[in-house]
Amino acid sequence: MSVYSKEDVLRILSVIPDPEIPVVNISEMGMLRDVLISDQGYEIIITPTYSGCPAMGLIEHDIRMTLEASGVFPVTVKLVQDPAWTTDWMSDEAKDKLTKYGIAPPLHSSCSNDVFGQNVIACPRCKSTSTILLSRFGSTACKSLYKCNNCKEPFEYFKCH
Amino acid sequence: MNQQQALYKYCVGLGDDALIQSYRLSEWCRNAPILEEDLALTNFALDMTGRAQVLLSYAGKVEGAGRTDDDLAYRRAERQFYNHLIMELPNGDFAFTMARLLFTATYEYYFFTELKNSADHDLAAVAAKTVKEVKYHMAHATDWVLRLGDGTEESHNRMQKAVNELWMYTHELFATDPDVAMLRDGNIAVDLAVVKSAWLQFISRTLTEATLAVPADGYQQTGGAAGIHTEHMGHILSEMQYLQRAYPDATW
Repeated sequence: MSVYSKEDVLRILSVIPDPEIPVVNISEMGMLRDVLISDQGYEIIITPTYSGCPAMGLIEHDIRMTLEASGVFPVTVKLVQDPAWTTDWMSDEAKDKLTKYGIAPPLHSSCSNDVFGQNVIACPRCKSTSTILLSRFGSTACKSLYKCNNCKEPFEYFKCH
Repeated sequence: MNQQQALYKYCVGLGDDALIQSYRLSEWCRNAPILEEDLALTNFALDMTGRAQVLLSYAGKVEGAGRTDDDLAYRRAERQFYNHLIMELPNGDFAFTMARLLFTATYEYYFFTELKNSADHDLAAVAAKTVKEVKYHMAHATDWVLRLGDGTEESHNRMQKAVNELWMYTHELFATDPDVAMLRDGNIAVDLAVVKSAWLQFISRTLTEATLAVPADGYQQTGGAAGIHTEHMGHILSEMQYLQRAYPDATW
């Protein structure tokens, strides 16, 4: 019964932006995990970046609306916790987009030592490595706040997770 | 208690720890000493609310009576909450909040690191996610305890006072009972002896570095696992559950 292939569905969903960082989409962020197609319809598997991510309800809504507008239905959206989301899943393309947007992308991921350790984060604007951590948390849980000593601009760093 | 009932209680206890701790940290919203601190504490609270949601949903599934995460959060009475008492204590001053966060986040870091190996797939999944998050809570609290402990005379005294007052609530974190022992034998629950030794090592090192004295063990307060709480718990619930009590089944 399925008219649309998994690739079709993934392509349709790739237009949905991350609600908090609209320059990247949910697929590039690694939140869109899978599409299962059966006689019952289309099941979209997503995972939250952080346990308390307040955007999940909105993302689920966006997925339904986007697919329905393209004639893909019935749709169910399933939220899975396992495996836990990691910044490893962010595509290089997404990291480039983040940098251009003014957010320093995660250095690497699953890093246990970046919490207590001192990582060198380059300024996304002037590329200077002379930067200082102002706050471990920025406008969202996934980012921390830095200041560049060279261009004097503050910027956000997307933390490894 | 059979295995299913024990697992329900275990999941509810973990969910309640996150929920009640989140409630307390949320009280710092717009009251923290600086804006960055306000953001940090509310972000921690958000992590914890998310964790509570997943754990209470799972507890409802284990129970099999059709109760949702919201039912469990907003429709249970005080005696049916199984959080550790340390989570519900009032925030006190900033030193008290940070000393508590150091104790609880360090406990959670080592606890969930162990729980990642649980034979229960759902618990292992929550644990893997939680470890990534509490690492930041622990680092943040450590920074503040070092800064305030090894700070001015007043900040040092306040931090030492907080550590001393909280100490009698810390041993409960590592107390076990026959139900937890049963789950542990089934490789579902964590061996708390392992968590305790790692916790004590980290805390002793941190307090010493912060020029603070590690308190001597004296009387230890317990009760959370039996649903017997401090006088503060009822006040938390009366506010937290108000809407669902006044307007049952209200939805957005």
